[in-house]
Amino acid sequence: MIARLGQRLLQALFVALAVGALTFALMRLLPGDMAYRIAAGRYGYDFVSAENAAAVRAELGLEGPVWSAFARWLWDIATLDLGRSLVSGEPVLAEIGHQLGASLTLALAAVALSLLLGPPLGMMAGRRAGGALDRALLVSAVVLRALPPFVLGLILVLVFALSLGWFPAAGHAGWANLVLPAATLALGLAAVSSRVARDATAEIVSAPFYAFARLKGLPEAQLFPRHGLRNVSVPVVTYLGVQLVMLIEGVVVVETLFAWPGIGHALVHAIVQRDVPMVQGTALAMGLIFVCLNALVDLANARLDPRARAAA
Amino acid sequence: MSLSDTLPLQPPPARRLPHLGTALLLGLGLFAALAPILATVDPARQDYGAILAAPSAAHPLGTDHLGRDMLARLGSALRLSLGLALLSVVTAAIPGTLLGILAAWRGGWTDRGLSTLADMVLALPGLLLVLLVSAVVPGSFLAIYGSISLVLWIEYFRITRASARAILASPAVEASRLLGFRPAYIVWRHLWPELAPVLLTVGAFGAATAIMAVAALGFVSVGLRPPTAELGLMMTELLPYYAEAPFVLVQPILAVFLLVLALNLVAGYRPR
Repeated sequence: MIARLGQRLLQALFVALAVGALTFALMRLLPGDMAYRIAAGRYGYDFVSAENAAAVRAELGLEGPVWSAFARWLWDIATLDLGRSLVSGEPVLAEIGHQLGASLTLALAAVALSLLLGPPLGMMAGRRAGGALDRALLVSAVVLRALPPFVLGLILVLVFALSLGWFPAAGHAGWANLVLPAATLALGLAAVSSRVARDATAEIVSAPFYAFARLKGLPEAQLFPRHGLRNVSVPVVTYLGVQLVMLIEGVVVVETLFAWPGIGHALVHAIVQRDVPMVQGTALAMGLIFVCLNALVDLANARLDPRARAAA
Repeated sequence: MSLSDTLPLQPPPARRLPHLGTALLLGLGLFAALAPILATVDPARQDYGAILAAPSAAHPLGTDHLGRDMLARLGSALRLSLGLALLSVVTAAIPGTLLGILAAWRGGWTDRGLSTLADMVLALPGLLLVLLVSAVVPGSFLAIYGSISLVLWIEYFRITRASARAILASPAVEASRLLGFRPAYIVWRHLWPELAPVLLTVGAFGAATAIMAVAALGFVSVGLRPPTAELGLMMTELLPYYAEAPFVLVQPILAVFLLVLALNLVAGYRPR
């Protein structure tokens, strides 16, 4: 387990390094004078003067060779000095603080909804493998998996917002706004988790220990909760880790589509507007959150599955 | 619940889905290849006499908001998506597979180093990496293609490494080694037959991932630039006209759906 967590720490370092290197390259490639740009980001566009720019140039060692500027760039990341947005002039950390809340709301709603939809349906289908429900679920899972999140979101917008007018198509006014983006993400996640739960259930229901439990006279109502649930929960939780990738990637496109003011939306906007400090801050936040969540999934797995504990 | 239900179920009959997927993929490929012959107009040519027009003899699939022929554009977008997917999958497969075999063969520090490297790249969600690279070099086909390959090789590496380790430890391989066969023979006779079907699955999933990534980038307008005919871009461009010409907006949506569906079916039904 310690080794696993050590690996995750290495990953976090790599995220910082990769994001730092890419945003540094982005900064270098921007047209115009870098020192002026950073000074404008710091002091606001109306207060930039040649002295300011010169001070920034001296402080950041922009005159020097590329590697020393890069080292300083990484040092800024290490000390969490993310600077100010080039567009709004606000400190990046404050902006991310706002957006993180919106993104977490969306992600939690999506995961909760997908867990309510996917595993229960999958378990029902798995207990009657090959039945009508199983087939219907397979078809819908295959169809949903073939729709990338943004296409699914687009279809939901066209149907529920523009044609039926049940929910707002975009924005962040109230709970009604949460429905469509959360449903978009949740359907994609549920398509996977339902299959995982279904396969695990089908395997357990046909296992000898399960048949024995039934033969010794346990009533149906106790049988699955006692002998099935926990065994099914292991692969479902393991797959949550795999689904985290889907979730984070989905958040980026779905937030952009629904104009949901979260961190993914901010990242895409920052890229379009070439707002380097914001790109760096949002990408860093998303990458680090992803690594942390993966570490949590590792821990949850170790708690649920004694085999994993023994291996660690 | 009778006693017979306690017995293990019969295995399900063999699935015909992969064949369906292959047929669908071939159909899409054929459409993409034949589109320039069917639609004799240039995909960028604007016909102001027909804006958002319904299908007609001149424009079999109608026209978009700038009067460009949808058949020509759809064909060109499909060629782009399929080409990019194929390119990035092949580019990722070769180093991924070779490094996977190397890691399994050498073990020790080589294995540890390569596995750590793979873990590192996995630290960032794939789309995030592609987004960042396309931010540095905006609108560049090469940047998107390169970053997608960079994400995809990991999957080949991990699968190859896991399978190769199991196969290399088998008595059959030991026998071949004791008989004095060279590593090349062992790779070709023992590893390759086992790996090939698995790699096909990984490749099909990888191609689906690549197509979705490119379309997603186009859709949030940080990918390829207009006037390129690209499926995600087309959706964004045509969305405002959903009421006047739903028929035109449905086309890129359907194209992405069918492409990804076909590739998923080729890979086997198990969504991963």
